[in-house]
Amino acid sequence: MTAIRRTGTALHRILLAFPTALFPAAMITDIAYLRTAQIQWSNFSAWLITGGLVFGGLVLVWSLAELALAFRTAGRAIHAIYAGLLAAMCLLGLVNAFKHSQDAWSSVGTFGLILSILCALLAIAAAALAFSGLLHPEVDQ
Amino acid sequence: MTRLMTCAAALLALAACGRSGSDLDQTGPRPELPDARETLVPSMHIARPVGWGDAVPTVPAGYTVSALATDLKIPRQMLVLPNGDILVAEGRGGNAPALRPKDVLAGIIKKKGTTPVESGDRITLLRDANNDGRPEVRTVFIDNLNAPYGLAFVDGYVYVANQDELVRFPYQEGQTRITAPPQRVTRLPSEINHHWTKALTASADGQTLYVGIGSNSNVGERGMAVEEERAVVWAVDRTTGARRTVARGIRNPTALAIEPSTGALWAVVNERDEIGPQASPDYLTTVREGAFYGWPYSYWGQNVDPRVRPQKPELVARAVEPDYALGSHVAALGLSFARDGGFGGRFAEGAFVGEHGSWNRQDLAGYKVVWIPFAGGQPNGEPVDFVTGFLTGDGRARGRPVGVLFDPDRRILLVADDLSNTVWRVAPRR
Repeated sequence: MTAIRRTGTALHRILLAFPTALFPAAMITDIAYLRTAQIQWSNFSAWLITGGLVFGGLVLVWSLAELALAFRTAGRAIHAIYAGLLAAMCLLGLVNAFKHSQDAWSSVGTFGLILSILCALLAIAAAALAFSGLLHPEVDQ
Repeated sequence: MTRLMTCAAALLALAACGRSGSDLDQTGPRPELPDARETLVPSMHIARPVGWGDAVPTVPAGYTVSALATDLKIPRQMLVLPNGDILVAEGRGGNAPALRPKDVLAGIIKKKGTTPVESGDRITLLRDANNDGRPEVRTVFIDNLNAPYGLAFVDGYVYVANQDELVRFPYQEGQTRITAPPQRVTRLPSEINHHWTKALTASADGQTLYVGIGSNSNVGERGMAVEEERAVVWAVDRTTGARRTVARGIRNPTALAIEPSTGALWAVVNERDEIGPQASPDYLTTVREGAFYGWPYSYWGQNVDPRVRPQKPELVARAVEPDYALGSHVAALGLSFARDGGFGGRFAEGAFVGEHGSWNRQDLAGYKVVWIPFAGGQPNGEPVDFVTGFLTGDGRARGRPVGVLFDPDRRILLVADDLSNTVWRVAPRR
């Protein structure tokens, strides 16, 4: 049972690694685009955000399942916070994907950069929680 | 695939903010232009195809319409040869790679509104010598072309604007098939070919060939490096192949024609997408020597497009206004002037314009052939619907008009329909 749980948590964290890396990367390519107006940077951002959304969506579903399982335990609050961070990340990420589908400068602009920064911060916050030992204490002891 | 479509449908629901103001007058020399408005999800509405069945297009009282040819392979532009034979260029071009997730999705959605038929890459000849609307001869005139579009005939040669080069073929009167290899007049810009159609017409004296070359993006989102000699009209010397650029910043000049009374070059031009359902009208304009028409930096003269950076105020300052707006997103693809008295009456002097129809607004626009009345070589009055019925009452598309061609010798108007793969023939009732 413990082995299954450890494997599951490991897989969960591997999935989580994607939005944790991709959203901050999109923030960086957004900044590169706004500084250079070289459209390739914006194209990178669009794919990075899409990738972050796909994997982030899987992690969100997983986190909601864990929240349901932990609903009658003491771990409920921390799971709720974790799922909340991921939900906010996915929602803003979706808006950001649409924003990045606009053409030329509008594909980023001020609004796109703000969304990218928020997504990056939310992804890092979720990862910090998941790796802190608070979320899965039984695995991390 | 189905899941993707469901997904796209959900996005469309999100995009319900792309409403048009029906009271806006967006045709003529002074169109009303609401401010540019970008939405998070572009407003997309494609009329789903449905066959004609027994139906035919609607024409004004006193006219009759019938199919001159069916089962073509994506008919686009047409030409009448001196002996009355009709040529139809067939094909589909473009090789723009998908660079963003958006390109993948938009490609799937737009495909829903076009024919699944393979590109013909050929020119079909139709001969209807007794002008009864039933051709006696139908042959493949020239085969193995590369997305042919613009056609012209001058002094024993048929000129064809493929998507990558302007070529010519020697022609003997009465010929129904040409197997001779093409002779290149000049290469044409063909990298990416986001807008691949190469419009073509000959000057009044026949010495110059004008070629319309569309932009390589909506509004520069592939970077301006790929826009060199795009969104331009070229003048090509017919004998030497030497070329110069007549006009720039003319986003997508999809059809060119010479106005018969003045000999001036006119074009129909498709404007930009995704700044609102009515921000930037497509237009009909003279192609003025040396003029800059704004793309991508501005539209309809000096209305700056905020999406293009770095901006070029010095270019915007000299951007000219087009002559006559046709309406936003109508997608004008055909232009033909009436000659020698046209159909007479109110259809004596003016231009027929084929409007392929919109995708970037919720209310469908275009999907018809309009008549723009002229006086003294200039537009004079509101557009008049000439051929309609391409949409059903519930907003499905039976056909989509592309090229139009008025033949003064037979007093007929031909309309190429690239959705039902038909050429329609409109004639006065006898």
